[in-house]
Amino acid sequence: MEAIFEKYSLKKPENLIPLLQEIQEANGYLTDEIVEKVSVHLNIPTNRIYGVATFYDQFRFKRRGMFHIRVCRGTSCYLCSSSSYLKEIEKLLKVQDGSVSRDKKFSLETVNCMGGCSQSPVIRINDTYYHHLSVSDMGEIIRTLRAKSE
Amino acid sequence: MPAQDISDNKAFLTEKVIKNYSGIFDKASLSRIASIRRDTVDRPVIYIGTGTCGIISGAKATLEKVRKFIAENKIEASIIEVGCNGFCSAEPLLDIQLPGKTRLSFHNVTEDKAEDVLNSALHHTVQSDLVLGQYRQAGLEEWPNVGLIDNLQWFSLQTRHILKNAGIISPASIEEYIVRGGYKSLYKTVLNYPADKICEIIEQSELKGRAGGGFLTGRKWKIALDTAGDQKYMICNADESDPGAFMDRAVIESDPHRVIEGLAIASYAIGASQAIIYVRSDYENPLKVLEYAIKQAREYGLLGEDIFGSGFSLSINIRRGAGAFVCGEETALITSLEGQRGLPRPKPPFPAEKGLWGQPTVINNVETLANIPGILENGPGWFKSTGTQSSKGTKLFSVAGKAASTGFIEVPMGISFSSIIYDIAGGVRDGNALKAVQLGGPSGVCIPPAELDTPLDFEALSAIGAKLGLGGLVILDEKTCMVNLAKYFIDFLQKESCGKCIPCREGTRKMLDILNGITKRPKEESAHETLERFKGVVQLENLAHVISDTSLCGLGQNAPNPVLSSLKWFREEFEEHIFDRRCRAGVCHDLRTFYIDVDPCTGCNICQKKCPENAIIGSVKLPHFIIESKCTGCGICFDVCKFSAIYFK
Repeated sequence: MEAIFEKYSLKKPENLIPLLQEIQEANGYLTDEIVEKVSVHLNIPTNRIYGVATFYDQFRFKRRGMFHIRVCRGTSCYLCSSSSYLKEIEKLLKVQDGSVSRDKKFSLETVNCMGGCSQSPVIRINDTYYHHLSVSDMGEIIRTLRAKSE
Repeated sequence: MPAQDISDNKAFLTEKVIKNYSGIFDKASLSRIASIRRDTVDRPVIYIGTGTCGIISGAKATLEKVRKFIAENKIEASIIEVGCNGFCSAEPLLDIQLPGKTRLSFHNVTEDKAEDVLNSALHHTVQSDLVLGQYRQAGLEEWPNVGLIDNLQWFSLQTRHILKNAGIISPASIEEYIVRGGYKSLYKTVLNYPADKICEIIEQSELKGRAGGGFLTGRKWKIALDTAGDQKYMICNADESDPGAFMDRAVIESDPHRVIEGLAIASYAIGASQAIIYVRSDYENPLKVLEYAIKQAREYGLLGEDIFGSGFSLSINIRRGAGAFVCGEETALITSLEGQRGLPRPKPPFPAEKGLWGQPTVINNVETLANIPGILENGPGWFKSTGTQSSKGTKLFSVAGKAASTGFIEVPMGISFSSIIYDIAGGVRDGNALKAVQLGGPSGVCIPPAELDTPLDFEALSAIGAKLGLGGLVILDEKTCMVNLAKYFIDFLQKESCGKCIPCREGTRKMLDILNGITKRPKEESAHETLERFKGVVQLENLAHVISDTSLCGLGQNAPNPVLSSLKWFREEFEEHIFDRRCRAGVCHDLRTFYIDVDPCTGCNICQKKCPENAIIGSVKLPHFIIESKCTGCGICFDVCKFSAIYFK
């Protein structure tokens, strides 16, 4: 984190978002301590940092699972019934949109658009994309991932 | 291109190609250009489309497979990663160019098919079921019995100016962009024209902002140029926040230097020495492509200090948007860049007068900027020769949803919806009937089939109460429920409302409540709730007008559009939901009641076992029956029935 602070050494308010983005990338998520450190570093009150971090979808204060599942909820994916995939995943993993499964292996998130509207519905797990699946394929995919993690 | 050639190419391209006005070259230069352009190749070249759409379809796996195949069989061939040519439903695309032959394109080459395709093509035979077509290349031997790619339905009606290089050149190669006429316009601009002349040329071309506002780009530049400021800023908006639109992403991935050149010219025209590209953080691949392209342009001296010795300096920074729909709005984007929550500001003052840090700032989107090099290369008259009276030039559209073919296209302004849907995209998938076309993102409108002959230009669309927006077309088929879709959009906008204006923040929430009431199951509610729902429905239209009249920014002003347009054109569906408590598309789960058809029902008992409400009765091997008052319309029985005996009304 020190290296990132060094990169944004100037106490400029516009550095706040890039700084948080890079810290989140390195750490996986933001914590209270991080917000406090950023506050000291940039000389911005913590309440403003919380204001910014909770305003944007990108920032999160929760750890992600080993497999982070992103279901697209863009117009095109929604029409191609992405919500039934979402329901199936929620049922299979017993997680809710935006939360992590109890075994900390899976986390689920809906995103506004991944820019792959032509291949909808699109689901992304870590760096792998899945498209044109049938809802029943989800069980098999999750089983494979779970086996992989063990 | 072998590695040691790169430094030589740099001098050749910057000194001889970019600075050559006449277009006349000596023989040695011509052959060198031809080899960079790959008009002639001395060994097989394999092109794989690795844009985001390609990656989603599995292009990276295909790429690995091709690499392995070449290594194993010791074939001397180069592999080039290209962007996307727009025909995304045909991804992963794989092209092969053999020495002396035209470039041949294959569609849907997934990992398992790659080997067969390569095997046959390298042996000069064609695997016909996967062939897309061959490129039009004069002087090269054509593949027999293979059609030309530009005669395909998807491409034949397009006019490709911005997408000229898309899917053809490697986005990681500045050389390929330069030999195709790239950066010549920038050279011409910074050396020959004063800034106000550039503004004038762009204004003459009547180029209007492609982000939906439709303001003359040249005039916007002129305002920023004429406003005094210590440090002006040029911003390229690549946030593309509309779900359902992906052209900007595709342009960046396929031809990034066109955008950078446009941005550099725009910066010169407004007198800015700092430019920012604001990219959505979800766009990982475009981000990588852009970063690399900027680095290359800097190495070539096309960005940085004192470009071409003209005294004009420019640095381009990339800023990642942190994911907020409202940041597509100019002033919200600026506040976001200043490190705050992305709340819009009142206009005027417009950003061109008082923008980022209070300085004159121009924001153009990717497509607008990608138009600029072409206009300066060919003149404003050339640009004006395509399009309609009110809207000149070409426009990018993305086609997604339930279309038979999906992807992105470039067509002259003024083309009709029906031409795009039927003549280019091949109609609706699976032979279903078309219900509507959704245009302009979540705050856009749904156009009914009766209005499909409307030309797509700024004037004709505003006449029917629609807006061009970014140009994302989503095709809806008969299985779409318009009320449910309106609910989806309002839900989206409600979540994305920044909360600054109460009409938008609370109004959209109230609208969502009303729409939820319409689509809720009637059995569960008291008489009071029914009354409230009816009152709400009566108020829906009024509420919509209040929100659009009293909100500050575009998001709020346009937020009620999906409801208003659906009410205008699909009123009967709303009435059906409210009065008959029926959803004709069967999408609103709560309004469905299931019935069992006695003839196909074999009495297998599975539906009875699965029903969570115990609403199904019947004995084994005899037709079953659903008790209507107990059924909640969850649809589990419908899904489990193997004999299609269950239907809903």
